[in-house]
Amino acid sequence: MSYLSKLISRRRLYRELSEEIQAHLDEKIEELVADGMSREEAKQAALREFGNIGLVEEDSVNVWAWPSVEEFFSDARYAVRTLRKSPVFTAVALLTIAVGIAANTAVFTVVNSVLLRPLYYPKPEELVALHQIAPGAPGLADFESGLLLSPSMYFTYAEHNRTFQSLGVWVTGTANVTGLAEPEQVRTVFVSDGVLQTLSVPPEVGRWLLPTDQVPRGPERVMLSYEYWQRRFGGSPTVIGRNITIDSQPREVVGVMPKGFQIVDASFDVLVPVGFDRGKLILAGFGYHGVARLKPGATIAEANADITRMLPIWMDSWSNGPGTNSHFYETWRITPMIRPLKQEVIGSVGELLWVVMGTIGVVMLIVCANVTNLLLVRVEARQQELAVRTALGAGWLRIVRGLLVESVMLGVIGGVVGVGLAYAGVRFLVAMGPANLPRLNEIGIDARTMGLTLILSALSGLLFGLIPALKYARPRSRSALQSAGRTMSVSRERHRARNSLVVGQMAMALVLLMSAGLMIRTFGALRKVDPGFADPQHLQLMRISIPVSLITKPEQVTRTQNAILDKLAAIQGVKSVGFVSAMPMEGFDSGWDCIFAQDKTYRDNVMSPLRLYKHISPGLLQTAGTRLVAGREMTWSEIYELQPVVMVSQNLARELWGTPSAAIGKRLREYSKMPWHEVIGVVQDVREKGVQETAPEIVYWPPIMENLFGPGPAQAVRDTTFVIRSDRAGTENFLNEVRAAVWSVNANLPLASVRTMQEVYDRSVARTAFTLVMLGIAGAMALALGMIGLYGVMSYTMSQRKREIGIRLALGAQRGDVLQMILRQGMKLALVGIAVGIGAAFGLTRLMGNLLFGVNAHDPLTFAGVSGLLILVALLACYIPARRAILVDPVVALRYE
Amino acid sequence: MMILRTLKRQPLHGYALAQHIKRASDDLLQIEEGSLYPALQRLLKQELVKAEWGTSSTNRRVRIYKVTAAGAKHLQREVSSFERMLEGITRVLAPGES
Repeated sequence: MSYLSKLISRRRLYRELSEEIQAHLDEKIEELVADGMSREEAKQAALREFGNIGLVEEDSVNVWAWPSVEEFFSDARYAVRTLRKSPVFTAVALLTIAVGIAANTAVFTVVNSVLLRPLYYPKPEELVALHQIAPGAPGLADFESGLLLSPSMYFTYAEHNRTFQSLGVWVTGTANVTGLAEPEQVRTVFVSDGVLQTLSVPPEVGRWLLPTDQVPRGPERVMLSYEYWQRRFGGSPTVIGRNITIDSQPREVVGVMPKGFQIVDASFDVLVPVGFDRGKLILAGFGYHGVARLKPGATIAEANADITRMLPIWMDSWSNGPGTNSHFYETWRITPMIRPLKQEVIGSVGELLWVVMGTIGVVMLIVCANVTNLLLVRVEARQQELAVRTALGAGWLRIVRGLLVESVMLGVIGGVVGVGLAYAGVRFLVAMGPANLPRLNEIGIDARTMGLTLILSALSGLLFGLIPALKYARPRSRSALQSAGRTMSVSRERHRARNSLVVGQMAMALVLLMSAGLMIRTFGALRKVDPGFADPQHLQLMRISIPVSLITKPEQVTRTQNAILDKLAAIQGVKSVGFVSAMPMEGFDSGWDCIFAQDKTYRDNVMSPLRLYKHISPGLLQTAGTRLVAGREMTWSEIYELQPVVMVSQNLARELWGTPSAAIGKRLREYSKMPWHEVIGVVQDVREKGVQETAPEIVYWPPIMENLFGPGPAQAVRDTTFVIRSDRAGTENFLNEVRAAVWSVNANLPLASVRTMQEVYDRSVARTAFTLVMLGIAGAMALALGMIGLYGVMSYTMSQRKREIGIRLALGAQRGDVLQMILRQGMKLALVGIAVGIGAAFGLTRLMGNLLFGVNAHDPLTFAGVSGLLILVALLACYIPARRAILVDPVVALRYE
Repeated sequence: MMILRTLKRQPLHGYALAQHIKRASDDLLQIEEGSLYPALQRLLKQELVKAEWGTSSTNRRVRIYKVTAAGAKHLQREVSSFERMLEGITRVLAPGES
């Protein structure tokens, strides 16, 4: 018979044993009776001679089975029974644990999916992003993306490197697909040769784009994303070899990439070869992201050194045209800062997620503290039972184990319930998360998360079970048996554990609330910032691109845009309209160029800081609510006549000429060939890159300008955001009328990125909002749990001290005095907790410095406010049980027990 | 050893076994009757004895224990080692041979 089958048959074993023992006793009794004893006496004697029946039975059974397993089962059964007997305690404890576990699981799921799981490309550890910075080029390289690569850099790096297996450059864009159904704007990624090879993900069907597809003016080829393939072509394999019209240019589909494939962090509909024309490349054109695969064994430091070595080669091999100094870029101090691709994908979200994970972890600690407290109170109430068990011969180890089994069981059941909640929580997080949360489509609960949750549940069960178990299982049965239920008031020593738990809870709650408070202040500060536009929920935006293949003549492009404006303005409820190359915070890559002022001297005739520039239509400023600080807007007639006019931002005007009004009439240009443009207006500063970022200096050019390089008299901006101010913005009816208006001008123009300015704004503060909500939830949970903890301790103490209070009252103490005494005792705990919390918060809030805006990490107002709030709530938590205690009739209290 | 020895003589059930040992030791060995059972279970587990349900002299359904072959061998070994030990003790304690 194996152990297992014995385990199963142990009921039979039990039955047989008791039967046997009963027979033994019966026989003995009979014999004794036969000897002349009375039946009662005989029974007593038989039992006396036999010994402890229960122990004998247990010992006999233990011979058979793996005793610890047996005992575990009996402990578990016992735990279930006791838990079921106190449903309120069980429900409160389970709910607390479940919520804690759910919050942790949900957040860890996101952290795991976004930060921990490797990228889905083969051998992801070899992949790097060719990031570089240029401290000598203010403006252009100030932001997250650093200095991007130019096509000539790509060729230099690809041909001269020693540390990469392959490398390529890519950039996102949009394109119009026509001829399928309605004209549609799709997301594109332009890739050079080497990008697909570097990422090494084979196509779902068809083939990759090959070097032969990268030949300028060669055969036009394209790849599709799995999602676009499914949506537009129903997943039909016959799409391979078919032509689709992209920006009025037929291109042959050669392959489809598999589901979920992204180029680094960009999802796309179509993948278009860039087809650089080598012969026409110059040094400049820093607009491409670089991605590379390191040679096996090569380190990032080696790769950085490799790029540093190649920069002079790059400057020697290319030029910006005759008469320019190729080594001018030395002043930019271009420095490679290659980073693992994963870091590039995750970006700044990593820090945010860790903060959230940390806070949720603290909440879990508070949950444990709270449940520990509940258990402590409960074990105290069960002291008599435990003492009886000890007296009956249970070893203290056995009792500890019993208690631990009970708490671990609580933890695990809580965990199981928690995982259920977590599924809902993950949905909530994904919906709530910053819209640009990377790897969004990969977020899901996996085995690792489940494992962590289970471990977490069991561990927390152990954690909150251990303190009460060790505290009360010590053998001291006699005193417990005697004193249980008759204490006058509770000894100091018994209180210490619970008190320190309450102090800890208060402290952690304070830290979380402090973080939440700082985020609220940050949000408030962000709201107060004038972003450079007004009333964003009534601003309707949409992108319209007019490709060369649709309308060739630049002037015709501008006239079409003008006609669209006129049609839009005629829609009912529209107050004003305008267009611009990109609205603030839209996230479209803006143009940067060197700007020269006529009355300033520049070294070498090339040195000048880079400035952000935009093209702007008349009416845009008024529509967007951007103030004109000085001068006037340009007019349509000036635009069509190619009058050399320009507007600048206030900060640029101040930097160059001191005051906005002094800028009017001054002249500036980009290149020496370009005619000087007269500054006719100065525009308020705009928070172009987001509310948190400082406003860059901006030059506003007309939408059509004299042509500097290619053929033809002028060039027009073709990709624009149209802006409509109307109270009807965002409604379906309104959008239908807008579409009809656009298509009445040209039916081949798709509308893309249709949204209100409010949505753009919300996206740009999504990170802050997300952090705020998460910290707010964590803080609220901590506050509630902390208060429950304090309240629980206070009311329990009160119930223990009923007699004492009764005596005090009977002896003539005033109720007010007693109340004060109790409150003082409770508040002492709260204040110690708050003091500890302030100390901790002082160190910890500094960690979230990067998430804050316009507020110091040690903001005194937040510290004072949160402390005040906590004191207030703590007072309440003490007052309720205290009041109940002193209202007790002394006579009743004294008779109690 | 005592149990095995008693059972070797004749298969018995629990109560009878207890009485036997008591009588045989002339009440010198005061053991709780109950402690017999865990010991019996141990022997059962080591397969030195086996048990069968039968009827006692007082007509109760009881388990009758019987020594197995392994049990007999074990007893022999135990007895001989015990005797050797006893012999050793006797020799040490035997007076005046030195």
